[in-house]
Parts: sequence; C-alpha cells; structure tokens
Amino acid sequence: MAFLDLFKSHWGVHPQDHKRPAADVPVRRLPLSSRLTIPLSQHVGASARPRVLVGQKVLKGECLAEAQGNISAPIHAPTSGTVVAIGEITAPHPSGLPMLAVTLEPDGEDRWTEPDVLTDPFSESPQAVAKKVAEAGVVGLGGATFPSAVKLALGLRSKVDTLIINGSECEPYLSCDDRLMRDRAADILSGVRLMLHTTGAREARVGIEDNKPEAIKAMFDAARGFGQIRIMPVPARYPMGSDRQLIVELTGREVPSDSRAADVGVLVNNVGTAHAVHQAVMLGRPLVSRLMTLNGGAMAYPGNYEVPIGTLVSDFVELSGGFSAAPARLIMGGPMMGNVLPHARVPVVKGTAGILAFTAAEVEEVESRHCIRCGTCIRACPMGLMPLEMAAHIRADRLEDAAKLGLTDCIACGCCAYVCPSRIPLVQYFYHAKGELSARERSKLRQEATRKMAAQRQDRLDREAREKAEIAAKRKAEREAAKAAAAKQPGAGVEA
Amino acid sequence: MSQNIAQITAPTMAPAVAPHAHGGGAVSRTMHLVQLALVPATLYGFWLYGWPAIILWALTVGFCLMWEGLSLRLSGQPAKRHLLDGSAVLTGWLLALTLPPWAPWWVALIGSFIAIVFAKQMFGGLGQNVFNPAMVARVALLVSFPVPLTLWVAPLPLFSAGAPGFLDSLHVILGAAPIPDAVTSASLLGYTKTELSRGVDLLHSLGAAHGGTVVSWIGNRAGSLGESASLLIALGGLAMLWLRVISWHVPVAMLLGVVIPAAIGHSVNPVRYLDVASHLLSGGVMLGAFFIATDYVTSPSTGPGKLIFGAGVGFMTYVIRTWGGYPEGVAFAVLLMNTLSPVIDRFTPPRILGRDRRGRPLEIKS
Repeated sequence: MAFLDLFKSHWGVHPQDHKRPAADVPVRRLPLSSRLTIPLSQHVGASARPRVLVGQKVLKGECLAEAQGNISAPIHAPTSGTVVAIGEITAPHPSGLPMLAVTLEPDGEDRWTEPDVLTDPFSESPQAVAKKVAEAGVVGLGGATFPSAVKLALGLRSKVDTLIINGSECEPYLSCDDRLMRDRAADILSGVRLMLHTTGAREARVGIEDNKPEAIKAMFDAARGFGQIRIMPVPARYPMGSDRQLIVELTGREVPSDSRAADVGVLVNNVGTAHAVHQAVMLGRPLVSRLMTLNGGAMAYPGNYEVPIGTLVSDFVELSGGFSAAPARLIMGGPMMGNVLPHARVPVVKGTAGILAFTAAEVEEVESRHCIRCGTCIRACPMGLMPLEMAAHIRADRLEDAAKLGLTDCIACGCCAYVCPSRIPLVQYFYHAKGELSARERSKLRQEATRKMAAQRQDRLDREAREKAEIAAKRKAEREAAKAAAAKQPGAGVEA
Repeated sequence: MSQNIAQITAPTMAPAVAPHAHGGGAVSRTMHLVQLALVPATLYGFWLYGWPAIILWALTVGFCLMWEGLSLRLSGQPAKRHLLDGSAVLTGWLLALTLPPWAPWWVALIGSFIAIVFAKQMFGGLGQNVFNPAMVARVALLVSFPVPLTLWVAPLPLFSAGAPGFLDSLHVILGAAPIPDAVTSASLLGYTKTELSRGVDLLHSLGAAHGGTVVSWIGNRAGSLGESASLLIALGGLAMLWLRVISWHVPVAMLLGVVIPAAIGHSVNPVRYLDVASHLLSGGVMLGAFFIATDYVTSPSTGPGKLIFGAGVGFMTYVIRTWGGYPEGVAFAVLLMNTLSPVIDRFTPPRILGRDRRGRPLEIKS
C-alpha cells in the first residue's frame, strides 16, 4: 500500500544496485599473474608469522605463515612457486601504509599439496572440525575477516541455537555472493551443515535479498531435504547485510549494544565463509582464492572472477581485459563502505569482495553545504541515531556529547551521507571522532599509568626516607643508650 | 593498457571516504519542490487580488534575494553558490503569502530585510536560524506597522470590473494612490475579534456581515494570499507529503491542535467560540501546518518531536486567537514553539538499536 507507506518509517536506503549485468556473467577464472604478494595480516587479530624462507619452493596450499596468538589465522600459498621476498608492501587501504607480505613467483604448475581431508567430519568432535577450519586459514569473507574457527568456538561455548547465514549482499555493484549461491549452492549448504555441527546450533537461517531470485531458487533447491536449514528471502534494503539488522529481520532478536550476537544465541556467517568451510573440511583445501566482483563504469569486462589471494589489483584488472575508460576512483569493496585504494599496485586479500573502478561521471564531486536539519539522515540510519546532531557536536569539537548520542553505536554504513541533500560527509565526521576519542582514551590511560607510577615512586622514596630515618633514629637511640650506659657505669660503683 | 594501469597512483586518486554513491537529493531540489507546491495557491491569489498582489509578491521575493546576496557577500561566502539554493526565494514567497495583498512596497523591503538579515543571516545563514525567518518578519511588521498590516482588501479578481490595471496597481503599491475605501475589508478573524470585544456575539456579528455563511470555502473573502486559498495550500501540502518533502507529523498534529479545542469550545458555547471550519480555513492555519511549521531548520527532527511541536503550534494558535490580543496567532505560535525545538529534539531522540529509550544497553532475556 503506497498510501500507508507514507506513515511507515524504515531504516536504511534503496540505492540502485547496479548488480547486473555483471552478476549474470558466468564466473571466469583469472590466469595466474607473474607475481603474487600475500600480506601476512588479512584478518582481524595478530598477523601471521612467516614460516618459509626466501628462495624456498612451496606447493599450492602450503602454509606460508602460521597463526600466532588466540585470534589469528594462517596464510597459505595460492599457487606453487618460489618465495622471492618477505618484506613490506603497500597495504590495500587508503592510508597506503606499509605491511608485511610474502612475495611468491609462480612456477606455472599450480600443483596442490596432498589434501588432508576429514573423511567423516560429522562423526568428529566439533573441536576437531573447528581445528580443521582454523588450519585452513578461513576468515569471515563478508568483509569483517574475523577468524572463523574462533567464531565457531565462541558459538559452541555460548550455546547458540541459531546460525544465520548472510547471503543478503546488500552493497550495490557486488555480486560475488550472488554468483556463489547460484553456482555452488550445494557446497555452501555443506559448509552450513558443518557449521551447525561445529557450533551445536539447532537451525540455520539463510537470509538472501529478494533482488537475487536466481540465487534464492538455487539455494531453495539445494536446501531441500535439510530440515534444519531455512532459506529466507529478505527485502532488498541497504544495509540488510549488517549483522544486527539481519538478526532482527530473521529472528526478531535484538542484540544489546554492549553484547555480541552470540549472547542472544545467534552467530552470523557469510555464505562465502560457509563455502570456504566446506572446502577446508571436505576437500582439505585452505583459503587461497575467492570470488571477486569486478565492476564499475571504467571496467572493460565487469563480472565475477575466481582470483588467487595476493594478486595485484593492477594484474587483476589487466588480466580481466583492462579498463574501458579512465578510472577516476578505484575502490576495494562496495560503493557504500569500500575503501579507496591509494593505487593499483596493492594485492587483493581474503576480505576483498570486489574491485570497482568508477569513471569521473560516476563519482561527481559535489561540495557540501550547510545542514538544513531536514532529518533525512535520522530516518535512514539503521541504528536509530541522529547523525545531524552528532555531526553538529563533532564540528564544535564536543566529541563526548557526540558519544553520548550514540557515536559508538554507529556502524559506518554510510546511509546518512548517501541521503544527505547537503552532501555533508557525515561518515568522515564519525570516523574522525571515533579515532580522536580512542586516541584521547589511550592518552588518558597513558597519563593515568604515568601518574600511578610517579605516585608509586614517590611512595617508595618516602618509604625509603622514612625507613632510613627510622634506622638512623634507632641507631641514635642505641648510641645514646650506650653512651648513657657508659656514663652510668662508673656512677654505679659510686652508688653501690 | 598495462602502462595505463600502473600509472594509477596516489596523485590521481584523491582521498575520499565511503559512501562513493549518493541518492541524488539536493537542498535546492527540496526548495524548488516546496515552491512548486505553492504555485496553485499563489496563482489563485494573484487572480483574486489582481496586479497589486503580483507586484507585492515579486517585490518581496526580489528584496529577499537582494538582502541574501548582500549578506553573503559581506560575510565572504560564495554568493553565487548559496543565492540560488532556493531558500531566500522561498522565505520571500512565504512572507508575501502572509501579507495584506495590497500592502505598500516598503513593507516588502523592511519585511524581507528582517527575514533575511535579522532572522537568518545574523544567526549564521541557512540551517543556523532558531526562528522561522518569514514569521519573524511577519510578527515584526505586524507590531511595528499595525495599520498597513491589517488593511485587508476584498477580492477584486483580475480583469473584473473595478480591478486596477497594472499601472494603477503600481501606484497603489508605491503608495502614490490610496487604497479605495470601498475595497478595504476586514478579515474574518479580525472582524469577529473586534465585534466580540464590542460585546457583539458571533451569532449576530457573523449573521450580519457575512450573510449567514460563516466561511467561504473557495476563499472568496478578504485575507492574505495564503489565507484565501486555504484549500489550494492544503493541496500543495498533500503533494509535498506524497513526494516525501515533508512528513505527516507536523501537519496532522498542528491541525488537530486547532481542531480539538475549537470543536470543544464551539460545542460548549457557539456564541463565544468560532466553529472548526472557520478556524481551519482562516488566517494562516493551512499555510502554517504545511509550509511554515514544517520548516526543517526550526522544527524538531524526529517523528515524536514533530508531533509535540505541531500540536503545540496548533494549540497556541487557538489560544492566541481566542483569548489573546491579536485576531491571528499562527506566527506567534510558530515562534514560541521554535524556541522549544532544540529542547524537544533533546528529549525525543529515536531509540538506538540494542538500547532502551534511555540509551542503556538492552537486558538479555534468559
């Protein structure tokens, strides 16, 4: 009912999805590039520790670097070849900061290591399956890149009852999850069943936005016969793929702001992650490549590609057929939350869902104007925040006031900036404020630690001085006592 | 092509933060839609009151643009960019709709100065003002120049017998020729207020002056442009609602804020209190409900806040009309509620996902 819609309010926005025609093109396999640069930190947590030496020959799937610490993931060779360097490269991040990476020169044979398969994972303990997932370096492929084994173990510990599989893919332009669901639905569901086994959850709900009818049908067909897996189409609305929003949509549960999804009995995983879990456990194949979308007006051949991790963006684009127009902006990820790349000579990583190249016409720069308090951002915010008020506080450097309005709840989805008629870069304000607040917090902690140490030192000095004085006083007393005794000695005889 | 690809390095890639897409809305688009919604009522008013009204409207809008441009230049802002965002035109337009249609030129000049310079630019320009500029100007004019601001004329449609031509109208507006006495008339609210204060009750005053019909639904009576075309104003408002330029909260709350007390008062004592239709179709209620109280800048920004704000404006309007010293109260009511907007905003934030209304994290139900 269009009329009643006037009285309803919905969070989120409806950007043009631009997923087709790229989504309808069959997946192409990218030829090997002449060099792969594999970063050691492609996940949340501690970066992996290299265990190969320069000059060493490795097979495809061989471990290049092992996990260190509780939250970490190993890195594997995306193809067979020789390690030619271990050193710093430019990170695929707007900062362009350096990061450690292993550089591999492929030998062209693309030869796998002996796969180590669990023959009957469902008779194994959940821990054994999780260990397998950990060894394969599987991380959340929806973009968060949290080590999956850690998450699954958390699910088991927290006794989650429902597994949510995120196939919503709400970012415009991206279609790698769509393609994966269309082409490899059975593998995804196998991964989902493994995840159910590993977490002990009773059922899995797969949320897919209704702008992907082919994927929904493929998943429905593949899920037939698995009673504990439900395919649930959800309305196409950005950011439906955000954890907290999808959990509400699929289960009606609301995750408290200070808690994790597991605390309300839910665990969210991406369809790509489910697929990677299947490959790790059933085929013994570590995560060394993934589907990525190449899209945007400047790409000559938009579509989805199976890309080895560590391929340089420049190689990726060139091997796919290059640009059709001069790109004005190169983005890793989707247009709503993706990062601008400093240049094209950065590698794709496990969390890369796509590379977008926009022409100047697609990223027309418009200067921002004054806020007219129209409140469109408030209606768009999926978290129920007041972006315009927070931005006003941040402009005046009242960051604490912005925090009180819920700055920490902001998920940086970009809905507010997307709808803002004054083109105010709200997300940038919030990034700045969050960074500044955490910097202040850190410096406060440091100051407190310094003060505490200074106080302790003063205490110690005081104590030492006191002890010295006490000892001196004691000695003096003893001396005087001795003196007195000595003075008494002759007198004693007199008295006696 | 490979050369091409390798060359894409930092200098060509300006740092930019997500989102890299935009929904396409723009401030000027909003302003233009609001103006479009005002067109039917304005044209009807032009026809009803003839050339003087057209000239006054053009002067008010023109003066607003002039003051805006001057202020922007003096404050060192890019005048070209801001002048055409539509906000100054809209302020002038709304002000013109609330003035007596045959008011002299200097009313437009002073009114637009107060609206643009005092009420808007002195606060920091678009988006920074606390009070609705058009209403500040209207109230300031009313208390400073009560005579020309209450000199209403009876409708004298364009091209009808006795309607002044363009040059005659110019003379009227420039003050060179007086408004013919035969043309002047009181507005409904002003008339009933005067009569009530003289001790003549509504039954007698309305019966005598308006031939029994309490209110003209087609606006064929003395009043401002925005008053006479109440139904066309409401139509424009509904169009804005449909296009989502405004939300339903303020109009509904404000109309109810007038309707409910009016209905109660009239049913209790019809001799003392005007009926609902007269309240709704007279003065600035419709213009206020759809175009004035809905001003983004000076009203609260959340749904519940808008409901409180709208209801407040409606109720204050009724109170001022019924018991206050002035016959009309929309402008005063809007200004009064404008002062409350920041406070209302503060106490009506939306609930944050994962938190309760007070901002505490939700408890986990076990």
